[in-house]
Amino acid sequence: MAITQTFGGGIHPHEIGNGKNATQSLPIVNAAAPARVTIAMAQHLGAPAACCVKVGQVVNMGQVIGEAQGAISAPVHASVSGKVVALTTCELAGGKSVPAVVIENDFEDRWDESVKPCENVDALTAQDIMTIARNCGVVGLGGATFPTAVKLNTEKLDPKPDTLVINGSECEPYLTSDHRLMVENAGQVMDGIRFAMKATGVSCAKVGIEDNKPDAIEAMKAAATEGIEVVALPAKYPQGYEKMLIYALTGRKVPNGKLPSAAQCVVMNVATCAALSDAVRKGQPIIDRVVTVAGRVANPCNLRVRIGVPLLDVIDQAGGMTEGVRKLICGGPMMGKTMSTLNTPITKNFSAFLPLGDESVSAEESACIRCGRCMRACPMGLMPAKMDALVRHGDYAGALAIGALNCMECGSCTYSCPAKRELLQAIKVAKCMGGNIKA
Amino acid sequence: MSKYIVSCSPHLRDNVSTRSIMQDVCLAMLPACIAGVLFFGYRAAIILALSVAAAVLSEKFYCKAAHIKDTTGDYSAVVTGMLLAMNLPSTVPYWMPVIGSIIAILLCKMIFGGIGQNFINPALGARAILALSWANVMNTFAAPAFGNLAGVDTIASVTPVSGVANGSFTLAQLALGNIPGTIGETCKIALLAGAAYLMYKQVISWHIPVAFIGSFAACYLIFTGFNVNVTLYQVLSGGLILGAFFMATDYSTSPTTNKGKIVFGLGCGLLLFWFRYGKKAPAEWCSFAILLMNVVSPLIERVTGNKSFGEVKK
Repeated sequence: MAITQTFGGGIHPHEIGNGKNATQSLPIVNAAAPARVTIAMAQHLGAPAACCVKVGQVVNMGQVIGEAQGAISAPVHASVSGKVVALTTCELAGGKSVPAVVIENDFEDRWDESVKPCENVDALTAQDIMTIARNCGVVGLGGATFPTAVKLNTEKLDPKPDTLVINGSECEPYLTSDHRLMVENAGQVMDGIRFAMKATGVSCAKVGIEDNKPDAIEAMKAAATEGIEVVALPAKYPQGYEKMLIYALTGRKVPNGKLPSAAQCVVMNVATCAALSDAVRKGQPIIDRVVTVAGRVANPCNLRVRIGVPLLDVIDQAGGMTEGVRKLICGGPMMGKTMSTLNTPITKNFSAFLPLGDESVSAEESACIRCGRCMRACPMGLMPAKMDALVRHGDYAGALAIGALNCMECGSCTYSCPAKRELLQAIKVAKCMGGNIKA
Repeated sequence: MSKYIVSCSPHLRDNVSTRSIMQDVCLAMLPACIAGVLFFGYRAAIILALSVAAAVLSEKFYCKAAHIKDTTGDYSAVVTGMLLAMNLPSTVPYWMPVIGSIIAILLCKMIFGGIGQNFINPALGARAILALSWANVMNTFAAPAFGNLAGVDTIASVTPVSGVANGSFTLAQLALGNIPGTIGETCKIALLAGAAYLMYKQVISWHIPVAFIGSFAACYLIFTGFNVNVTLYQVLSGGLILGAFFMATDYSTSPTTNKGKIVFGLGCGLLLFWFRYGKKAPAEWCSFAILLMNVVSPLIERVTGNKSFGEVKK
């Protein structure tokens, strides 16, 4: 058992948002395919894909309908077979409007001819795996949706990474999609990890899982092969943030303003690993993902949902929403983005759909009492209240000068604030405005 | 318009609120207040009640007059009222806690912007003004009489602080609190119990009290040739315990950084030692030590920034 170190600060929101109980023991269920899907062209970090189909065109499942643009981008694939009925725009979580393709499902689930299993996976080179990851639209499914092919490309890095850090911590309340994936498909996750190790050329992988998921730890340990270590981590938010995870598993700190590569690490989520395995072995692009549906729904569940399914359909599968829904959240309650409409389609970053009630609506803000709780909670050792005060005076440069750019936006400060101040929001404003004025 | 709220994350909040923190502070001070009433009789209870009532009403009045939201619901005025009364002798006339609370709330707190904005501890600021304006009254202490609720007429000639190390009182008396003194400062056991509660609830941290009492005691040890008895006597005398745990830890007027808190506590301890050691001053200087440090607190905070997680040696 490796000695793990935990970061300073952090919070324990599990007692309050203890939604994990509702779904952590429920197996993943395949959601019924919908009549129509709306597939967004921007489901990843980087340049949006360019639509390459026309209205009226018949498409197959897994066919490319949006082509990657530029180095940091990813293609988008049809998640059903059927006819393209519209090229439109759709509103994503967070409020951004992006181009989208609407496909009417013919319920034949006809795979595209480009989707075929790999005959000899052992013969694949690192470059082959990266090409497959790119062609199959594999992106970080933990939420950030960074194109995996770019991450796996370690050729130009100096020093070379020596550790693959796998995130199975799932530290947000309510979320259980990664948990169930590890319990049910540990072998597939491990398979993906091995491909990622091959592509990045590292010989050591460490999987960090919070100790509140003993069954996942057990399943992953049983499936682990040589060079892959499964480590139980203390359950504390935000354990799953890459810098905290690297610290817990390797004892290394990523310097401010640097990427994990500076600590000789490549970080991937367990769901991404599973998707990579599907891509390499079966040639399958990402056409679905596991979504935890919890909060104010009749039957909380873990659903495998096709990309592009509107939330309205997802809710039907969970037995409908119950009374008192005030917010629609994509992702976890700590970092998730809100949506204004149930027409929003499922995208690759949708780890959870949480309709939450009054528990998600904060009391009115009051004056800062300088208690210092935000500072104690901040895993990055920042001073959120001070940044908040500076931002409210319009001093964005001042906020950047005391490290606003080091904020990972985990929300621990806002969570802990007894005066219920929107500290993270102020820091986000500083990051956004600060770039324009250049201190 | 959508019927769903769109907002910045996070979408969950801790149950702790300004009000719950202030209520915890009130609860933590209650044992010492009860001890004060038991030792000094009904006058202590009336002074406490008058002080709290005047503090809350002053804040209500100010909010109304200034056309701002009524902030008395956060219980911080109750804390100020209680603290002020705890710093008064039980012998003061009844108008004194009232005047004191008005000064504390209006002059020391609200005109600087209310909670979180004041630069000196309101209760201590008011106490200092009272002590300087009515020095005689403020330094006349009743001799304690446990359980004699009818009140005490005997005026004590000597208080632990003025009778430096002359052995007028035993250490047990100092700890228990049946000594002359202000209403809330004498029973160290009750104060420490309250302080333990606040630390358990993470309302206060160890940094300021430990640095404060630690530096004060260390100085006494050194200057008395490691005389543990005299040092303990000093630590348990006067307002040190009350001040270190309940007044120096005031959020608004102390640094927020851990390093800053230690510097702040050290400053308080050294100042108090300077004021007390070898002097026969009749007054208790603990509150002045804290007030002086209150004023330099912003400076301390400025020079003791936090070290961020990713600040690594190159």
